[in-house]
Amino acid sequence: MIEVVEISRRGFLGRIFSAGAIVIGAPLVPEVRAAGPAAGDGAWQPSVYLGIEPDGAVKIVAHRSEMGTGCRTCLPMILADELEADWSRVTIVQALGDPKYGSQNTDGSCSVRDFYEALRKAGATGRTMLEQAAAAKWGVAPESCKGRQHFVVEASSGRKAAYGELVPLALSLTPPDANKLRFKTPAEFRYIGKPMPVTDLHDLVTGKGTFGIDARMPGMVYAAIARPPVLGGTLKSLEDAAAKQVQGVQQVVKLEEAKPPYGFKALGGAAVVAGNSWAALQGRNKLKVEWNASEHAEYESAAYKKTLLETAGKPGRVAREKGDVEAEFGKGGKIHEATYYTPMLAHAPMEPPAAVAEFKDGKVVAWAATQNPQAVQQTVAAAVGIKPEDVQCHVTLLGGGFGRKSKPDYVAEAALISKQVGKPVKIVWSREDDLLFDYYHSPAAMYLKAAVDERGMPKAWLQRSVFPPIAMLFSADEQYGGFQLGMGWTDIPYAIPNLRVENGPAKAHVRIGWLRSVSNIYHAFAVQSFTDELAAAAGRDRLEYLLELIGPTRTLDLQKEGLKGGPPADPRFPIDTGRLRKVIELVAQKSGWANRKPAKGRALGIAAHRSFFSYIAAVVDLEVNGSGEVKISRVDIAVDAGRIINPDRVKSQFEGAAVFGTSVALMGEVTVAGGRVQETNFDGYPVARMSEAPVETRIHLVESDAPPAGVGEPGVPPMAPAICNAIFAATGKRIRELPVKKQLA
Amino acid sequence: MTELTVNGRKTRFDGDPAMPLLWFLRDELELTGTKYGCGLGLCGACTVHLNGEAVRSCLTAMKAAAGKSVTTIEGLAQNGDHPVQKAWEAVNAPQCGYCQTGQIMQAAALLKKKPKPNDQEILEAMEGNLCRCGTYQRIRQAIKLAAGVES
Repeated sequence: MIEVVEISRRGFLGRIFSAGAIVIGAPLVPEVRAAGPAAGDGAWQPSVYLGIEPDGAVKIVAHRSEMGTGCRTCLPMILADELEADWSRVTIVQALGDPKYGSQNTDGSCSVRDFYEALRKAGATGRTMLEQAAAAKWGVAPESCKGRQHFVVEASSGRKAAYGELVPLALSLTPPDANKLRFKTPAEFRYIGKPMPVTDLHDLVTGKGTFGIDARMPGMVYAAIARPPVLGGTLKSLEDAAAKQVQGVQQVVKLEEAKPPYGFKALGGAAVVAGNSWAALQGRNKLKVEWNASEHAEYESAAYKKTLLETAGKPGRVAREKGDVEAEFGKGGKIHEATYYTPMLAHAPMEPPAAVAEFKDGKVVAWAATQNPQAVQQTVAAAVGIKPEDVQCHVTLLGGGFGRKSKPDYVAEAALISKQVGKPVKIVWSREDDLLFDYYHSPAAMYLKAAVDERGMPKAWLQRSVFPPIAMLFSADEQYGGFQLGMGWTDIPYAIPNLRVENGPAKAHVRIGWLRSVSNIYHAFAVQSFTDELAAAAGRDRLEYLLELIGPTRTLDLQKEGLKGGPPADPRFPIDTGRLRKVIELVAQKSGWANRKPAKGRALGIAAHRSFFSYIAAVVDLEVNGSGEVKISRVDIAVDAGRIINPDRVKSQFEGAAVFGTSVALMGEVTVAGGRVQETNFDGYPVARMSEAPVETRIHLVESDAPPAGVGEPGVPPMAPAICNAIFAATGKRIRELPVKKQLA
Repeated sequence: MTELTVNGRKTRFDGDPAMPLLWFLRDELELTGTKYGCGLGLCGACTVHLNGEAVRSCLTAMKAAAGKSVTTIEGLAQNGDHPVQKAWEAVNAPQCGYCQTGQIMQAAALLKKKPKPNDQEILEAMEGNLCRCGTYQRIRQAIKLAAGVES
């Protein structure tokens, strides 16, 4: 449980450990020092802390945000394992936002990936120090002393000393050379690779978990905001008499409207401040507000879709080129073309954006459900005109994030209102606010064209995607995809001699943001659907065709395969087609692909996609009934995510991704009229309920010694194409536009 | 003045009788285990028991709760060891956990009425409770475990 009661406490880090504790930071090279007055003073820049108290209590500071992935448990597991700590004596303390931890942006499926090595080093350093202390105490060689479950044991004599009692002596010794640490072998792992319940489990089933919406500060008031319904709109007139009549409403304050680039800025508008959430919401509904028009008032999603599709039909910027696509197309022969479209989506975490903040004496203290507490510091500081280091951000549990809570506009709102009213403010976002003022997953159009040989294999392949980019947040006029093209588009792993990847321009009219697996959603939908179409046209088995298209086992060097620009490849995570093939073969075996017996209206569909350095293949078994309703009876997902820390939590992420991907495929769509988003709650923007979710999802993990890769997001992209490929196999109807519900209605 | 019993304790409220019970529990009593999700009865995150029946507290006005007995997740079992809670822990059902208290209250009400529900009865009872993390499979598993029926 995250304590939110003692909100006034300062010197947070200094309070975690007593003065006699060993405190180990875990940057790339761990540093060691005694806790005390200097601890946490910024003299060194660790990203994670480990503390061992003289009473043996081990405290690990979780610097990343918990939104359901289990990272608040899995990161400490890594450290505790290498330390040989008794898990029951480990306490996890949630970090404040502070650049000294390194990146705290819990996003991009990288918590384990980016901190696995650092946490192991920190744990090994702690264990080695205690082993050295025991050796010194007993006058024996350090090699004969081994950390074992909170004790150092000397094998030959059998004597042992508790970790806690060794702490003072350990502190007086020279820390071990970080390059000469002894790490546990995988066979010696005690926690890594074992299913472990999350540390917050009991709190979560008893209602004691503290989410952003639950945080309180003494004397706080509640505020709900009427925001400009069209991006860029400004307040024209405000009539607040009726709002002030609402029992519990205290005052109404104006907030300056944001100007582009919108970034994470508070949108502005008029805020109703009240004594409870209900009064604030009721008061807000009673405001009579008129808004000045904005350039985005012309935005209509139907017309915008047409524009995206038209742009996808024209030559765009080349992002990757290999061979000569046009020459091959010019030879005539069999050409296959298809255009795909996916609509705008909202995150809709079950907990809407939530925070409480107090501006006092030129400083801000905030408690927030945030994926990125350092962005809170920067955004709030810029909003209220103070320095980032004068913003103290406490991170609560997050009731879902999916990328929405990386953008702390709502925390800035709480701080701005607090500055005006002189009290701590809890910002109240209704579900309507959440859906109307999201950072939307962009709509996208994709055009694909292939020239195929007599066996139906592509000799030339062109793919072009068009979508308003996330970069619009930071550079308002940006219209090209940039880094988003690396998400399932320029990294297409097919063995095709002539290949061109393009991107066309699209101007954004709402705030665009990243949503769980980002551009991989529409790119995987297009590539995996088109692959299925080509296989069908050739009369080939889909799975066998997909494997042939991926080609032989090899490491793909995109720079040598015609990639234009883009960041250099991460050497830890080469594109290994062998791993992709293996998950496809595994999912085939586990789903019974070879022995499937398609019946009328019922079939299997397959899709495979690599994202966040993980290799995923999914087979969906579904039925389409006479009224066009899709019932998914089973999903098999094969996963190669490198080394797995907590298999139960990894499985749960993919079980959840199957449901999230089902929502994306079957029902998700945000529409806009006159620049205003039209869907306001779960009636207009449905997400999968129990009856609509897959009945059974089986996750098959590949055992691997490869570096840990992402697990939070990569389960989502294969779902929509696997579902649509199964629908085609079951009904003969090819779905080229999402959501499916609209197509089968 | 509205008087009601919450988790066995008598309590009163002198504010707007139209205010939903949800906000009284959360903002006035600081019983924050009951969650806001939609305000329209579409998601089930705010589920509590009113005289033993599962209701959406976001749609239950204070005046409708007058004189009645409310049980929230905090009052479901003394030590958080209701069979449904224990089953939830046994299968590691929660991910983010936000909707889970509402799910548990809904499931507990179901099992009180139908101690051995079949698949269809579970589906019908739980259909109104959304989980954006997608934990439905484990929720179903937990309910069956708590009920002692075959999975």
